[in-house]
Amino acid sequence: MRIKLKDIAHGRSGDKGDAANVGIIAYDDDGYEIIKTHLTKERVKEYFTGVCLGEVDRFELPNLRALNFILHNTLGGGGTVSLKLDAQGKTLAAALLRMEIEI
Amino acid sequence: MKEKIRIASGQGFWGDLIEAPYWQVTSGEIDYLVMDYLAEVTMSILQKQKNKDPKSGYARDIPPLMKRILPVCREKGIKVITNGGGVNPVACAEAILEVANELGISGLKIAVIEGDNIKDRIDALIAEGSELSNMETGDSILSVKEKLLSANVYFGAFPIVEALGKGADIIITGRTTDTGLTLAPMIHEFGWSAEDFDKMAAGTVAGHILECGAQATGGNFLGDWESIENFEKIGFPIAEAFPNGDVVITKHESLGGAVTIETVSEQLLYEIGDPAEYITPDCIADFTTIQLSYDGKDRVRMSGVKGKPYTPFYKVSCSYESGYSSFATLTYSWPQALTKAKAADRILRKRLEALGCRFEEFRTEFVGYNACHGAAAKEIDEDNINELMVRFAVRGDDYNSIDRFGKEIAPLILTGPPAVTGFSGGRPKPGAVVAYWPALLKKESVTPVVTIMETK
Repeated sequence: MRIKLKDIAHGRSGDKGDAANVGIIAYDDDGYEIIKTHLTKERVKEYFTGVCLGEVDRFELPNLRALNFILHNTLGGGGTVSLKLDAQGKTLAAALLRMEIEI
Repeated sequence: MKEKIRIASGQGFWGDLIEAPYWQVTSGEIDYLVMDYLAEVTMSILQKQKNKDPKSGYARDIPPLMKRILPVCREKGIKVITNGGGVNPVACAEAILEVANELGISGLKIAVIEGDNIKDRIDALIAEGSELSNMETGDSILSVKEKLLSANVYFGAFPIVEALGKGADIIITGRTTDTGLTLAPMIHEFGWSAEDFDKMAAGTVAGHILECGAQATGGNFLGDWESIENFEKIGFPIAEAFPNGDVVITKHESLGGAVTIETVSEQLLYEIGDPAEYITPDCIADFTTIQLSYDGKDRVRMSGVKGKPYTPFYKVSCSYESGYSSFATLTYSWPQALTKAKAADRILRKRLEALGCRFEEFRTEFVGYNACHGAAAKEIDEDNINELMVRFAVRGDDYNSIDRFGKEIAPLILTGPPAVTGFSGGRPKPGAVVAYWPALLKKESVTPVVTIMETK
């Protein structure tokens, strides 16, 4: 079965210098097992090819059924240096929620 | 000791909802109003203002806000804590003093916290052995020292605790951590030890939830946002803190928004790095230990938070001048909106290249296609889109190149692809780019200074 990440999770993203943080939160325990299994840092890095130009760090927060990703070298220099419309990466969590997963 | 205290967030950044702090003090009972006004770039803007006028350099929204809320705060005994003093907390406090005297509020104590501004001490600090290297790149501060616009240390909660101990009703700080504003009243009221790191972490996490205002109460909520009621009068978050370190996140009942585990979780995940190592001057909080549970409607209890000892460093936030940038947009309508916008981009780049213009970066985004999600955006069928906005942006050290870019946009309307509109407001002008320089400084290199002013 193919699902969209948005069906089982929500999230929020923002900036940390030139890196973006993307937090993904599952709605329930089953959802957390799915995102824990499928949202590997390799998969996220591949999804953001051309957006994230650096490494991806991945952290687990089982207490919040959440994963936190740090996308390095992503915001065009960050802050006021960035020329991007979304210089703070505020829409990147929404972008990731559009990912389709085969379960 | 009080059984609990209620700390209300009034602003998430300078430019946030102006009515929010007024609603917080008038819509129910609170003990403290905390307001965060400072983003990284804000300090450089304030420093520029202060260079022109020594009486400025703080969040100018504060004196008119105080005029509205001080009578209520006096009547209800609400204390106000804000970092809106920017690079001139003394001038901010003096302006509030004037407002309070005009209102006839006697015996009001206003505390000022200074000592965070190290811009004029950079040479001395380097001479003493502080490296102030860039935390992200490792570069030496010497490369930007002459271009520095501002340099400030992030103080934690304890200078505010000292001010509260001196009986302050209003506390105006310069660069203080957003989390310290919320943690400080808990330490003051409950007598927590600075070495009780679990308590420090609990108050720090509460501060993280409050620091972005309504982002914890349904604003910018990526879950079921349509379930959020009354955005028009959204309630900002309130932290009900207890002596054992538990905190209930809630809001005034009469205001809009929602407090759910989902809305609070999104804010907990906002702009964090390693969740087990959330570093502040007061402690290192471990976000993987936070337990959330319901405590009634619009009430989320946070408990179990663990903390570790603070580091020997303060974080330093510097800003420096780094060339110029300019931005422009044009809008193309059906047919072939995307194809035409891409053609305009090619024409513009060739014209600027022929003129010998130099840019460090030239960025083109298509609003309606890929401006938000970049290369992760889905392809679109341009026959099904009615219009598309192209957004050009350039950055570089050569002022003349950036300036010429601004003069080459409007000509595209009559000298390029058809059915284009949306150019108005004159030629875009080069703006100064302010870059950010994060660093670390040994805590003993700076000393917070707390002074108290009092109304007649």
